[in-house]
Amino acid sequence: MSRDIVTSDSSLAPSPDIIGGHTLSMFVNNQPGVLMRICQVFARRAYNLDSVVVSRGRDPQFSRLTLGISGDPAGLEQIINQCNKLIDVIHCFEHDENESVTRELALVKVLIDPGDRAEVLQILEHFGAKTVDLGTTSIIAMIYGNSGKVDAAVHLLSKFDIVETVRTGKVVMARGEAAT
Amino acid sequence: MSTPKLDGAQALIQTLNELGVEYIFGYSGGAALPIFDALETVSGNIKFVLTRHEQGACHMADGYARATGKPAVVLVTSGPGAGNTITGIMTAQMDSVPMIIITGQQVTWMLGKDAFQEADIFGITMPVVKHNFLVRETNSLPRIAKEAYHIATTGRPGPVLIDVPKDISQSDFTGDLNPDLDLPGYNPDSAFEIAQDGISRAAEIISTAKKPVILAGHGVMISRADEELMELATTLKCPVTTTLLGKGVFPETHELSLGMLGMHGTAYANKAMVECDLILNVGSRFDDRIIGQPEKFGANAKIIHIDIDPSEMNKMVHPDVEIIGDAKTVLQALNREIAPLETSSWLATLDGYKNKFPLAYRKQGGLRMQQVLDELYQLTGGKAIVTTDVGQHQMWAAQFYKTDASYNWLSSGGAGTMGFGFPAAIGAQLARPDDTVVAVVGDGGYQMTLCELATAALHKLPVKILVLNNHYLGMVRQWQQMFFDNRESGVNLEGNPDFVKLAEAYGIKGFNIKRPADVGKVLQKALDYNDGPCVINAECIKTENVFPMIPAGAALEDMLVAPPKHKMAKPTGST
Ligand SMILES: Cc1ncc(C[n+]2csc(CCOP(=O)(O)OP(=O)(O)O)c2C)c(N)n1
Ligand SMILES: [Mg+2]
Repeated sequence: MSRDIVTSDSSLAPSPDIIGGHTLSMFVNNQPGVLMRICQVFARRAYNLDSVVVSRGRDPQFSRLTLGISGDPAGLEQIINQCNKLIDVIHCFEHDENESVTRELALVKVLIDPGDRAEVLQILEHFGAKTVDLGTTSIIAMIYGNSGKVDAAVHLLSKFDIVETVRTGKVVMARGEAAT
Repeated sequence: MSTPKLDGAQALIQTLNELGVEYIFGYSGGAALPIFDALETVSGNIKFVLTRHEQGACHMADGYARATGKPAVVLVTSGPGAGNTITGIMTAQMDSVPMIIITGQQVTWMLGKDAFQEADIFGITMPVVKHNFLVRETNSLPRIAKEAYHIATTGRPGPVLIDVPKDISQSDFTGDLNPDLDLPGYNPDSAFEIAQDGISRAAEIISTAKKPVILAGHGVMISRADEELMELATTLKCPVTTTLLGKGVFPETHELSLGMLGMHGTAYANKAMVECDLILNVGSRFDDRIIGQPEKFGANAKIIHIDIDPSEMNKMVHPDVEIIGDAKTVLQALNREIAPLETSSWLATLDGYKNKFPLAYRKQGGLRMQQVLDELYQLTGGKAIVTTDVGQHQMWAAQFYKTDASYNWLSSGGAGTMGFGFPAAIGAQLARPDDTVVAVVGDGGYQMTLCELATAALHKLPVKILVLNNHYLGMVRQWQQMFFDNRESGVNLEGNPDFVKLAEAYGIKGFNIKRPADVGKVLQKALDYNDGPCVINAECIKTENVFPMIPAGAALEDMLVAPPKHKMAKPTGST
């Protein structure tokens, strides 16, 4: 079996007229249907959601949403305004990479021959990753960092037999005292 | 003394009463039974109108709102009842019309199980409402009704739907009838705080304009900024063109008026848009019907865009100055900063266009819709509330029925919904019983909602239903003639009923107009008849086309003022 199979989670190079890597953060009402409203705004304008992370806010009345999106750059400002217009959206911001931190976490399951184990562990150590499951023939690594770092680690590991990867999608937070 | 126990439905109707709702238009059914019962058991001033179709109920509520600025309520049952409202809701949403739609729903524990007459109306309507609710707690009904009303009527108005499962409406209400709103994501008051920076920059650009045009839209009407607009235009001596929905915000008989612009607008309005050096847009969303080809629109002009909705900014065109806010508040601020402009040569140029390209029609060779509408305008002194359906008759009505005041012109613009005109007239007549209401409809669209003849007859509403009958889906036929080698496909309305006899079957008075010479006489009779509705069937020539015309997707400078002599390429824009 060839080892250079592209895993379904590897990031594809964005085509030139498409923006990738844009990160929107939203603070929204924590109610059924809210995600549906938001997704409709993006779907109608043919934006793809590369990643979606939703979690309950500190105040459980609200949820925090981080979206990684790609689509026509010309429409981005308008689509942010359309999101802000939704009654259930408290606010929606785009976050610039320089003014925010983004992180994501990935679990990567690799099948390993005993002879490869040391090298795999060495790669994981280099990326500050953790081994969260270790069997005789398989290993689950937990990698976290910005998306580029996770991509790089997955890339190095793909020399071995990656069976599956699960990524959380990125979460974003504004740097300094600014609100996310 | 304890207040008598209410159920959820009663609490809901009581809240609507307190909100001042005057009319509920609707159609009953199982899942809405508790709410219909509450209409009988809760005392108040709400009047219920049973329609003959749920779509009609929506258009009536819509007509009521467009004639007053106030919302009415639509009440229907679940499943098919709710489904029949979609076109009506979408029509209101596209034109920013406030409306509250209450749908009955299956009981809570059956939702998602394809129970009888269960439809996920909350999910189905999401893209066509300003907001919607699926009620899960009886005690939240008053709060949700108040929130729905607030959302529907503030900011940029729109329809709000409340889906009420039957167990929720039927259970005992033990909550607060006067709860606070809980809408942390909605702050329409911010529209009244205007950034001074935009006002100053706009004033500066205006001060250097030599050939300005004000483009006024529905937003002016909604914010009741007609006086401020008049002050702006007359101070600047600046011509004003309005959108289809803006008809009336500036009197079309005023010397500074250019009438309606756009696809079938006046030649002089469109020429003004091409030649101007400043477009001052107040409350219009630069719809594709008026800008033609976005890249060429306003190419030689500075553009100022005033809109309450930030998401309209930079959507179709990129303005030089964006001002987000309520039109009235913005214009008040702007009017403080402007001084008269020297526009006499610009106005003279436009007067030249008015003389060269007037709206005109021939009286020979058969009866034309234009003539009927022109004479209607003369006979009513331009004072009637005119509702229209969608098609050629609508465009001619917009051209020939000059509108001088807001809330008198009711037409489905954004959605272009056939079947709108007649039920909207019913809503308008109920809202303003002392006004003359004329529904100008085509033979096609009229047949989509004419079941409401029963509703109009029952309430003895003196609505004049003017059927401009060309035995065709005329507007589509026009496109087929111009762009598809005159191959008619699916446009011939052979099989039309005798509209006068049909009216008579409902006990409604009917008139026929067959010859150009009869128009005035018959119209006058119809206008004098006020014992109930009447239908005026005007047999018009079949092959007349509407001009001026800017083919969809073409630039404004490519406007046709008369039938083209050469074969036309298929339009690049949609319909
Ligand atoms: C519900 C709906 N279906 C189809 C259309 C497409 N359409 C636009 S105008 C038109 C013709 C309308 O015919 P009629 O009502 O007779 O008016 P006319 O153009 O002949 O004046 C049609 C079919 C529409 N706007 N609405
Ligand atoms: Mg017709």
